[in-house]
Amino acid sequence: MCEIKDDGLIDYKKAYEIQKRYVQKVQQGHPSIIYVCEHPSVLTLGRSAMAEHILISPEELNERGIEVLPIDRGGDITLHAPGQLVIYPILDLQVFGKDLRAYLCKLEQVAIDLLNCFGIVAHRFDGKTGVWIGRKKIVSIGIGVRRWISYHGLAINVNTDLALFSMIKPCGMDVKMTSMAQIKRGIIDMNEVKKRVISNFCQAFGLTLKESGDDQGKFAVIESRLSERGLCLREGARHAKGCSP
Amino acid sequence: MRRVVLPELGEGIDKATVACWHCNIGDYVRKDDDLLEVVTDKATFNVAAPSEGIVKEILVPEGQEVKVGEVLAVLGTLDVQ
Repeated sequence: MCEIKDDGLIDYKKAYEIQKRYVQKVQQGHPSIIYVCEHPSVLTLGRSAMAEHILISPEELNERGIEVLPIDRGGDITLHAPGQLVIYPILDLQVFGKDLRAYLCKLEQVAIDLLNCFGIVAHRFDGKTGVWIGRKKIVSIGIGVRRWISYHGLAINVNTDLALFSMIKPCGMDVKMTSMAQIKRGIIDMNEVKKRVISNFCQAFGLTLKESGDDQGKFAVIESRLSERGLCLREGARHAKGCSP
Repeated sequence: MRRVVLPELGEGIDKATVACWHCNIGDYVRKDDDLLEVVTDKATFNVAAPSEGIVKEILVPEGQEVKVGEVLAVLGTLDVQ
């Protein structure tokens, strides 16, 4: 059994506090939670991050209103921004074999399968966690585990403004990032991506969905957020048709 | 006395690096309290106290690599006042 929490666009620090609360809940026996959201532009420094992987000055970051947050995630620097789907699975890994590497590998597979649903062929890169298309990276992965409960997770570039990545050396590597929108040459319906990835995730981990919250409210939030970006649900649906396998 | 060791973290993972300690020598800790955080390539992992006790020894400094099974800290029993 698992529960889906969708917070749409939410500040990174707020979402982090929510994640921590979910970790406590799952630890106390609550079913697994898949927390999905997007963040306003922010740079996060994982435990292996080095300051020189930020390529712009603190003044410029300040001007652009982009915060740099050191966090308790594995990995190097990463960027979150609107259009990037972030998935934080809060799972009790004791149920899934207590194996960090196997868990990371499964997350990669969920992302590869998701991209495949949209007609995008992606792969792993030996020794470099994440999901790739050729030599470009599309999905970044970094996790935290506390009492075998997982947090942090995957960042999938759906419609992310890729120019933002020029501010950093993503994951500390000389690598170009890509997005689903870049590959498909058009905006991708985020809602459709969420639905697919949740379904793939549940399948990969053998979880069944527990319906929660009222959908009416959820759709109203999604609709208002889309309209903030000059989009509407109908337009989104049209794009989704264009990229269905 | 109770030894705190780096647990098995998964197949093919034989070491990790100590990222930070959440406790100090002399601290009272309850069972399952986070003692320290270790980091592997893309994951952080919090090592919890195996039992209640007082932190007697911290054997590995932050930034040092440790092997699975290696002793990281020693917990002592509670002193009766």
